[in-house]
Amino acid sequence: MLRVDLHPTHVSEDGKYHLRVGKPLPFGASIVPGGVNFSIYSRYATSCKLVLFNKHEQKPFCVIPFKDEFRIGNVFTMVVFDLDYENLEYGFYMDGPFDPRQGHRFDKTKVLMDPYAKAIGGRDVWGKTPDWNDIYQHRARICFDDFDWESDHPLETPIEDLVIYEMHVRGFTRHPSSGVKHPGTFAGIKEKIPYLKELGVSCVELMPIHEFDEFENSRVSPTTGKMLMNYWGYSNVGFFAPKAGFAATGKFGMQVDECKTLIKELHKNGIEVILDVVFNHTAEGNEKGPYISYRGIDNKTYYLLTPDGYYFNFSGCGNTLNCNNPIVRNMILDCLRYWAADYHVDGFRFDLASILGRDQNGAPMHSPPLLETLAFDPILGKCKLIAEAWDAGGLYQVGSFPAWGRWAEWNGKYRDDLRKFLKGEPGSLGGMAQRLQGSPDLYSWEGRGATASINFITAHDGFTLYDMVSYNGKHNEANGENNSDGSNDNYSWNCGWEGESTDPAVNKLRMKQMKNAVAMLLVSQGTPMILAGDEMANTQWGNNNAYCQDNEISWIDWSQLDKNRELFNFFKKMIAFRKAHPVLRSSGHFKNRDYMGSGFADITWHGQKAWNVDWSAESRMLAFLLCGMHAKGGTVDDNSIYVAMNMHWEMHGFELPKLNHHMQWYVFANTDAQPPFDIWEPGKEVRIENQNEFLVGPRSVVILVGKESK
Amino acid sequence: MESKYTCTCANEILKVELCGRLDATNAEGLQTELKKFIGQKIAELVFLARDLEYISSAGLRVIIFAKQKIGADAKILLVAPRDAVLNVIKMSGLDNFMAVVDTYTK
Repeated sequence: MLRVDLHPTHVSEDGKYHLRVGKPLPFGASIVPGGVNFSIYSRYATSCKLVLFNKHEQKPFCVIPFKDEFRIGNVFTMVVFDLDYENLEYGFYMDGPFDPRQGHRFDKTKVLMDPYAKAIGGRDVWGKTPDWNDIYQHRARICFDDFDWESDHPLETPIEDLVIYEMHVRGFTRHPSSGVKHPGTFAGIKEKIPYLKELGVSCVELMPIHEFDEFENSRVSPTTGKMLMNYWGYSNVGFFAPKAGFAATGKFGMQVDECKTLIKELHKNGIEVILDVVFNHTAEGNEKGPYISYRGIDNKTYYLLTPDGYYFNFSGCGNTLNCNNPIVRNMILDCLRYWAADYHVDGFRFDLASILGRDQNGAPMHSPPLLETLAFDPILGKCKLIAEAWDAGGLYQVGSFPAWGRWAEWNGKYRDDLRKFLKGEPGSLGGMAQRLQGSPDLYSWEGRGATASINFITAHDGFTLYDMVSYNGKHNEANGENNSDGSNDNYSWNCGWEGESTDPAVNKLRMKQMKNAVAMLLVSQGTPMILAGDEMANTQWGNNNAYCQDNEISWIDWSQLDKNRELFNFFKKMIAFRKAHPVLRSSGHFKNRDYMGSGFADITWHGQKAWNVDWSAESRMLAFLLCGMHAKGGTVDDNSIYVAMNMHWEMHGFELPKLNHHMQWYVFANTDAQPPFDIWEPGKEVRIENQNEFLVGPRSVVILVGKESK
Repeated sequence: MESKYTCTCANEILKVELCGRLDATNAEGLQTELKKFIGQKIAELVFLARDLEYISSAGLRVIIFAKQKIGADAKILLVAPRDAVLNVIKMSGLDNFMAVVDTYTK
C-alpha cells in the first residue's frame, strides 16, 4: 500500500522543486521518503523562507518561501523533494518586527541557522580562517541518524564507582608529542584508549564538543604575539551538532560518525562518556553580537531580556539563554535526549548550571521546572546529571542545588578545602574531614549522599596539579588581559620557588605534594575527577585560565610522561586501589556507628594518638579508619583502610588503632618514601614491623590496609 | 570518471565493483541492487574499490547496510581502496568490521 502523504502537492515559484506541507515534529531537518522535512518554530515571525545552498557555496541556489498553509501554529514546516541532501546546506530568512524594547530583533536579510541542526559546516577544519564575506558563517547540514551501534549501549556504571578524567578533545592529543595519526581530534582520543585503560579511568568528561566558533573574539596576544582563540569552546553555536573541527573527518562532513565511533570504542573498553554542556548562553553575545540563529528566529523567546530589551548577562558572556521558557526548556530537553539516545552518552556536566534555575526575570527559583524535568525525564533516566552549581551572576549553590536526589555537583568546596589542608593552612582540619566523607555537611539532605559530590582538586578552570604546587599566583599575561582574568583564590603553594625550579629539594617536595593530593582524592568518598595531564605533571606555566590558548600552554605535552613515570605510576596504582576497595566507594554517607558488630564504627577518626584527634586550628594532622565490614553499607566485605595525613612540615609518629585478632597492618602507600617504595600493587602491600605506630614524614600521606596476616 | 557499480554473485561470493563516486546521488541505487541478495547464502562479500575515487557518508552506509542485511555472517573484504577512500573509512572508524586487502584473486 502506498502512503498518500509522500507525494508533492505544490511546486516552488521557480518551478524547480516539488513541495508539500511538512510534519511539525521533530523540529529541524529530517530525511523522509523522497525528500527532507524542514520544521522551525518562531512565535513572532511574520514569514519564513527556506534558503538552500550547495556545500561551501556562498550564494544560495534556491530560496523557497513557506506558504501560508505550511505554517502550523507557530511552526513553519515543509517537505522539499529530490534534494541532494549530502551536498546541501540550509538556513532560514525570518521576517518580523525589529523593536528591541519589545525584545524583537528580526532582520529578514540574515540567513539563520536551524537551532536543531544536527551537523554544522563553516568551521570544518579547526583554525582555518573563514571567509568573513560569507553571509552564512555557520551552515546547517543534514545528517544520517543510522549509525551502526551494534550492541553498544550506555554503561550505567554506578556514579560512585567512576573515576572521571576531564579532557579537552583538541588539547589531549594536539601536541606533536602525542604521537597519534590524527592529532587534536575524536580519532586521536580513540588512539589513546589503551593509555586511558592503563591509567585506569572509567569515564572521560569531554569539555564542550557542541559546535562553537574558535574564531569568536579571536585576537593576537600582545605579550606573546600568538593568536588567541576561543579554545575551550564554552560558547555554543549549535546544541545538537558535534564540533566539526574536532573531527579528522570534519572536512568530509563526517564528524557525527567519528564522534559516535569514539563513544562506541570507549564503551567497548569500559569507559563512559560525559559531555560538558553549555546551556547558559550562546555565541551570539549581546546586542552588538552577530546574528547566527536564535536572535533572528525568536529573540524574545530564546534570551533573558531586561525591561528595556537588553540582554541579561548572568553568564559573563553577553547573553543568557531563557532556560525556563517552555520552548527553550523543550529545546534543551530535546537536545539532551538526542545526545543520550543517538550518541549513547552516559551523562552531562552542566556549565554554570545555576543559570538553569533562574526564572524569566533572572531571579533564582525554588523548584526550577527545567531542572526538575531533567531529573525525572524517562530517556535521561540513567544519565549522570552533574551541575556546576554556580553562575557568573553571583548565585553559588554548592550543597543547595535543586537535586531531587538525581543531580550531583562539582564540589568546589572539596577543591578549596583540600588545597588549604594540603598547603598546611591553619584551621583546615574540620573542612577536610567533611570532604573526605563525601561532604555530609553539604549533601546529607533530601536523599542525597556521597554520590552528590564530584570531588576534584583541579579542573580545566584553574591551575593544573603541577602548577598548583609550583605557583603562588596566576600568570595569565599571555591572555592579553593584564593578568586580571582568572581566579585569584587558588589556595596554591609553590613549595619555595615561583615557577620552574632547578632546586632538587623544591622539585622533590612538589612531587610529594602531587602524590599527597591524588592520594587524598582517591580515598575520599564521592566521585573523583582528575584533570587530563595531571598524571604526568602537565604544566600551563602558571596560567590558570587558558581559555584562549590554542598552543603549548594548553596542549598536553606527552614527553612529560617519560619524565614523570613516578607520578603516573602513583596515579595508576591509586586508581587501582580505589577500584579494589569498595569501602572507598559508598553511595551513602557514614553513620558514625558500628552497625555490623565489627567492633569499629564505619569511620573513626585518629591523630597522633589513636582515637584522639587534635581538632585545634594549628593542627595539621588527621587520620581515619574505614572499617571493611561496613563497605557499601555492610553489603560487601572489604579490608579495613587507615589513612594518615601529616600536612605539618615535620615528621610525626601516628599511633595505629589496634585491629581485631589475626589482622595486621600492611602499607600500601607512603608519599615520603622514594620509588619503588612509595606505592605498591593493590593486594601486594607490605606488612609493617611496628604494628603500634607509623612515623609519617613531613607533608606526607600514608595508606595502610588491615588484613589477615599470612 | 563515470560513477557506476556492478554486482555479481557466484559460489556464495558476492562481488561489488565500485567505480568513480559513491555518494547520496547513487547510493540508494546500489542499495536497491544489493537488496536483491538478501536471504541468499553469502560467504564472502567483496567490495572491489580500486577505481573508487570518493566515498561519502551515504556510500559508507550502503556498505554497512550490506554487512547487516546480507553478510552478517560473511567475511567482508574491501579490496585495493585508494588512500583517499581508506582514510575516510579509517578516520570515521568504520573499518572495524571489514578486512582491507590489496588484491583479490578468486
